[in-house]
Amino acid sequence: MDSFGSILTEAFGLILIWDPDLIEIIGLSLRVTLTAVIVACVIGLPLGAAVGAFRFPGRTIVAVVLNALMGLPPVVVGLMVYLMLSASGPLGPLQLLYTPMAMIIAQTILVTPIIAALTKQVVEDLHREYVEQFASLGVGPLDRVGALLWDARYSLLTVALAGFGRAVAEVGAVIIVGGNINHVTRVMTTTIALETSKGNLELALALGVVLLAIALFVNAAVMAVRASAVRAAYA
Amino acid sequence: MLDSASLMKTFRADVAEKVAPSVISARGLGFAVEGRVLIRDVDLDIKAGRRTVIMGSNGAGKSLLLRLLHGLIAPSSGEILWNGRPLDKAARRRQAMVFQRPVMLRRSVLANLDFALRVHGVHGPARRDRERAALAMARLEDLAASPARTLSGGEQQRLAIARALACAPDLLFLDEPTVSLDPASTHAVEMLIGDAHAAGVTTVLVTHDRAQALRLGDDVIFMAGGRIAETGPVEKVLQNPQSEVARAWLEGRLHFEPGASETK
Amino acid sequence: MERRNFLGWSAALGLALGLSGPAMAQDDFIVVQSTTSTQNSGLFEHILPMFEEQSGIEVRVVAVGTGQAIKNAANGDGDVLLVHAKPSEEKFVADGHGVARFDVMYNDFVIVGPASDPAGVAGTSDVVTALAKIADTEAPFASRGDDSGTHKAELRLWEQTGVDVAAASGNWYRETGSGMGATLNTGTAMGAYVMTDRATWISFGNKGDYTVAVEGDPKMFNQYGVILVSQEKHPNVKAELGQQFVDWIISEEGQAAIASYKIDGQQLFFPNAGD
Repeated sequence: MDSFGSILTEAFGLILIWDPDLIEIIGLSLRVTLTAVIVACVIGLPLGAAVGAFRFPGRTIVAVVLNALMGLPPVVVGLMVYLMLSASGPLGPLQLLYTPMAMIIAQTILVTPIIAALTKQVVEDLHREYVEQFASLGVGPLDRVGALLWDARYSLLTVALAGFGRAVAEVGAVIIVGGNINHVTRVMTTTIALETSKGNLELALALGVVLLAIALFVNAAVMAVRASAVRAAYA
Repeated sequence: MLDSASLMKTFRADVAEKVAPSVISARGLGFAVEGRVLIRDVDLDIKAGRRTVIMGSNGAGKSLLLRLLHGLIAPSSGEILWNGRPLDKAARRRQAMVFQRPVMLRRSVLANLDFALRVHGVHGPARRDRERAALAMARLEDLAASPARTLSGGEQQRLAIARALACAPDLLFLDEPTVSLDPASTHAVEMLIGDAHAAGVTTVLVTHDRAQALRLGDDVIFMAGGRIAETGPVEKVLQNPQSEVARAWLEGRLHFEPGASETK
Repeated sequence: MERRNFLGWSAALGLALGLSGPAMAQDDFIVVQSTTSTQNSGLFEHILPMFEEQSGIEVRVVAVGTGQAIKNAANGDGDVLLVHAKPSEEKFVADGHGVARFDVMYNDFVIVGPASDPAGVAGTSDVVTALAKIADTEAPFASRGDDSGTHKAELRLWEQTGVDVAAASGNWYRETGSGMGATLNTGTAMGAYVMTDRATWISFGNKGDYTVAVEGDPKMFNQYGVILVSQEKHPNVKAELGQQFVDWIISEEGQAAIASYKIDGQQLFFPNAGD
């Protein structure tokens, strides 16, 4: 096998050539993962905030379930979604199997518990600080959730980032429900799996480096936003 | 510079019904947690427009009593009356509270005022007017856009009081609001409390500071071991306490009251 | 006000990401459930553009193990099945999932091994003897172990040697439970013999010092078949488009396309639809 240096060179070469197939794959990866993370946030943020801020019967059970679901193996999620979307499954008529939408659904299921469970943690801490002030002002439940989410916004960016990291890196779910179809459902991770199975380890690793670079860039951007928020004592 | 007392009057002009003097009362009030009795047999009446201070040693139940009266926690026994009726959600909106450590949202000074007013259903030009008045009152006009949590302790406490007053309460609870402030900041906060009173807001202040009690109190409630040990006009009680526990505390002596230790 | 901007921004981003974008191409496409060997060898990349250009039908290939491909197709998740495990394919048709099975092409299996050749089987053309030798010397042997077409073919050969590989599993006989490429990666790393289809081997990029040790035995014949999934059984199947693909791949033109695919001058698949 080549040295790691030559693999890095190949990775940068791949980006510099601006290979249209590679760009398409990166684009689809980001489109699927970002959409899944946004949908997961729309569901998971209010859910996590409600569990973090309110006492209600079964709250502990919900929290335990959310925490447990954080560890869902992607392959299991992939199989579940496959069985739902398969032509012989209950959602078969929607004909979503082997489409980007199927991959978004699978990743949303993977990421939502992570967003919800981490949001619960963040919001619970903040709520402890705010609870008497809220009660004194007579803030209603909806306003509470809204205010807590807004005031935790910079911590929640990191939460969304954790979800992004999980989704962009997983292969087990998307390869089952997407099918790794060239130009349709082929993303970074399934390409890496495919090239590995072809024995093209250098190319696979170079793609891994590209994936890592994207993850680094996204993380750096979020951290920069967060650093400015810390200076304003908003985080 | 605007006069704070007249600003307070503008807040209170918004109050729809100019009700008869508000009174908050407690009848047989008790509070226990896991079998430990922390407040017992408290009867009190706070008259509208008066300035009441609550004093007593640490653990006497002062802050707890304040939270019970404000409805932040539910009593284990007894009841709280607001203008002779049970304390309900609407009545709670007529009260405000300032905590020992100001709780500021992670937003700008102005947004903190904005949040409280929106929750209180104040909208449109009325909200902007009140925000402007509150900023002027707390002398924080120049810091309106600053993140609230970057303000000094004194500035944050002024903002907390201005935020409470902007909601035009009839009654303001203050839980040791100056305990961690320097003399200048303490003075500024006391001025604000004085302005509120001048505008007709009833105040209930928890303090350890004798001089502050004399400056900001008409009546005193002296607590010990979760009970009221003594009440009366503040000057009279502080100069000539009738109860042994109040005398001991005011003279700086340790005092062991029978039954006090079990509540600690 | 800040909040409205933030929400607006998120919503705009969501719309941009979720509802637009490329790759939601024309409706004229079929899904072919096939095996990793056909995909990894690059055969589909060679022949499919010819079909797509001529017919205007996009072919979406899901490449998994033969076992999984057949199960997916039996769930109705595919229009055409192109795999290599004749008995299972015939059962698929007999169960009503498929319309009819046609031979398409064959390649052959080979056994690859390290240059050191610990079992001394290099150059053998009798596969049963070679496997028996490997078992005797307990030289490591990496198996797919994934119920794929290649795995089933390998087990049939072991049966003829009389060696009970299940008993040796975990010892010298190692089941990777993964695809052909992954098994080759694993096998070459542990110095094990591996049975693979020739097409995957020729295009495999991580050979190390491995060479073909055993080849040329007619028992290692690897037949591929094509089946149109039954629309009667699975109403969502695009029977007409799928039929066009089946017709094309067993036509003279399709067969010529298969024969023309070469890597390093070696032909990988041998069309035999007309036989």
